[in-house]
Amino acid sequence: MLRATDIAKSFGGNEILRGISLDVERGELISIIGPSGCGKSTFLRCLNFLEHPDAGEVRVEDVTVTSTGQWNRTDEARAHRLRGHVGMVFQSFNLFPHRTVLENVMLAPMQVKRMDEGRAHKIASELLEKVGLVAVKNRYPDRLSGGQQQRAAIARALAMKPSVMLYDEPTSALDPELSEEVLSVMRALDAEGMTQLVVTHDMRFARAASDRVLFMEAGQIVESGDPDVMFANPREPGTRRFLRTLL
Amino acid sequence: MKRVVLALVLALCGFLNVTGLDGRALAEDMVAEQAKAPAAPVAPLRVPGATDDRDLPWASDGEANVPYVFHDPAHEGRMTGFEYDLMQAISARMGRHGRFVQNGWDGLIPGLSRDLYALVIDGIEMTPEHKAAVLFSRPYYVTVDRIVLRKNETGLDTLEALKGHVVGTIKSTAAERLLLDHDPTNVRSYDEETNLFSDLKNGRLDAILIDEPIALYYLADDLKLVGPPIGRVAYGIAFPKNNPGLRDAVDSVLGDLMNDGTLHQILARWNLWTPQMADYTGDQTLLDIKPTAWADYRQTMERMSGSSVKAMVHRYVSFLPLVLSGALMTLGVSALAMVLAVAVGLILALARAYGMAPLRWLAGLYVEVVRGTPLLIQVLFIFYGLPAFGLRLSPFAAGVLSLGLNYAAYEAENYRAGLMSVPRGQMEAAIALNMTHMQALRLVIVPQAFRTVVPVMTNDFIALLKDSSLVSVITLTELSQTYIRLSSTYYDYIGTGLMIGLAYLLVGLPFVRLARMAEKRMGRVVAKGHH
Ligand SMILES: Nc1ncnc2c1ncn2[C@@H]1O[C@H](COP(=O)(O)OP(=O)(O)OP(=O)(O)O)[C@@H](O)[C@H]1O
Ligand SMILES: [Mg+2]
Repeated sequence: MLRATDIAKSFGGNEILRGISLDVERGELISIIGPSGCGKSTFLRCLNFLEHPDAGEVRVEDVTVTSTGQWNRTDEARAHRLRGHVGMVFQSFNLFPHRTVLENVMLAPMQVKRMDEGRAHKIASELLEKVGLVAVKNRYPDRLSGGQQQRAAIARALAMKPSVMLYDEPTSALDPELSEEVLSVMRALDAEGMTQLVVTHDMRFARAASDRVLFMEAGQIVESGDPDVMFANPREPGTRRFLRTLL
Repeated sequence: MKRVVLALVLALCGFLNVTGLDGRALAEDMVAEQAKAPAAPVAPLRVPGATDDRDLPWASDGEANVPYVFHDPAHEGRMTGFEYDLMQAISARMGRHGRFVQNGWDGLIPGLSRDLYALVIDGIEMTPEHKAAVLFSRPYYVTVDRIVLRKNETGLDTLEALKGHVVGTIKSTAAERLLLDHDPTNVRSYDEETNLFSDLKNGRLDAILIDEPIALYYLADDLKLVGPPIGRVAYGIAFPKNNPGLRDAVDSVLGDLMNDGTLHQILARWNLWTPQMADYTGDQTLLDIKPTAWADYRQTMERMSGSSVKAMVHRYVSFLPLVLSGALMTLGVSALAMVLAVAVGLILALARAYGMAPLRWLAGLYVEVVRGTPLLIQVLFIFYGLPAFGLRLSPFAAGVLSLGLNYAAYEAENYRAGLMSVPRGQMEAAIALNMTHMQALRLVIVPQAFRTVVPVMTNDFIALLKDSSLVSVITLTELSQTYIRLSSTYYDYIGTGLMIGLAYLLVGLPFVRLARMAEKRMGRVVAKGHH
């Protein structure tokens, strides 16, 4: 349902992504791990074209965007369509500070999808219920804990009914208990069949919750597979080195 | 400063205008000759600025311009003065309604070439420089310069005797030229009569050399006129160079008014009929006319400028309507200009931050040019310069436009700082939510930028409120202009100053409070960023 083919990206002559391909099945939860600076975030951001790849192709549902390095209006229009199927959650939450939690969730459905207020309100309320934020829905983001903010951000992304969710280190800015609030929301989504791609440094979560783990190094996917197998018995020396430093 | 403005205006007009269509400068006697010729049936008069075919709009600077054209201290809202009376007589004789148009001294001649009115009368000396710029009528008044001293002073009664003493006069006058030729290092030139006379009283000057009518009317109890008349000064009515037809018509009426004694009567009422006028007109009769206008003026001034509580209360109460209308003008111009500045500033800031290359470049150029040139020049350029390109704005529209476009440049920078203070992640989150760039700007970025910008913007509005005093150079009577007028009419700088200052504070107060509120809310937004 999401297929990335030969994604390449350089920043100022440095090759950050060296032709990455990935096939994601519907309902999968995939963790992407790897050393800092290996290109995990860049890869994720290429999947919804927050970053424009130099080459490669991304297909989500029925939308395919092929990147040739020159980014033009047609590409942007296609990327826009593609983003309609992709939700994203950031390490720093990025809630809109001038709007309440409820308004944060309702904004995109009403403005982008032209949904009427009643319907948007209903959807937002259900999502906030699901992530456990009904009690604080009328607060501004600055009155929420980090864990609450990240859950609000997840609800905001879900309100657009994406078929795949991308997370870039969703819990790195949070204390362990607060992380758990967020991770449990992600597990619940997994149970409902949501497709999720998670860049994470939380190896326990990667091992316990993922259907598949990808190990990235120097702009490439070096090893991928079943988490238990990979954590117990890494094939590649790079993976072994990385896991050893963590444990 | 006033004269600098005049120089600017003239330079601007000279630069933009095709020079007068009719360049011939007529000698005075030639004019006289023409006037004597029997009035032939002429083509219909061209009367610039006229609203109908009976209207005769004429301009003067009626602020503190005693005894020429000035606000009647006894009846606020009414004009008077010997030139005012003369214009009434001329208009009536021409079968028209004279209509006084107020314009600042520096704007008088430029306004003439802008066709804002048909003619200018304001004690304009018929010097060669002036003749190069306008067409003059025959002189309607000839006078002399006189020396004014403090009562206790003696001896300084000739130009010779004045040598080595500090002498004050008004800028760009015959008296100034006389003094400069004589003893240039000790000349002090003033824009305004009021300041000139107070400086003589308080000892900053040893003497004043000035046109006799002014000397007569500004002479206070502790001052005196001394010595024989000096030099000769002739005042003429000014017309645009391309309208000799109207000039000739007015000249012929002036001739009639001199011959039938009307001018004599007017001047006598103002105590201004002099031996020089008798010689000039050849009218040696002695009319039995009481100087009633002169006496009324002296009386009213004594009553109004008295320092008794009653006089003061009377004076300040009579100022109230003027201060109110000045405050409304200040507020109106400022508020509209600010709305314009906020809107245009936002467009400029967005163009600079997110526009295509040429747009970005143009917006940047605009901001630099506008911030790098004086507001005064911009005001004058828009009012007097743009008509050359076919855009004629009313003074009010020109004032709003120039202030608004000027402050737009500052607001643009303000917004730019605001836009840059919004974290990158906000744009990315909006794009990830499938908003377009425009939606992201409109719904996410600009509202946040706006919140950080509002307190600064409110402070800018206070600054704009004060800068709005500059629109007085294009004939708008706002608070500052009201102050100049009232204080110089009554020699009362302190009381009037307090009143006008209070008016500024009252007008600005709501906005100061608004700024406080905005700052408080802004504090919250900033706090959010630190969580
Ligand atoms: N906009 C950019 N311009 C230049 N270099 C960039 C840019 N974005 C990322 N990089 C570089 O690309 C490399 C990969 O960055 P990326 O953020 O994808 O790494 P990461 O795997 O997510 O690391 P981390 O685990 O620390 O988040 C880094 O060396 C980074 O400095
Ligand atoms: Mg990263």
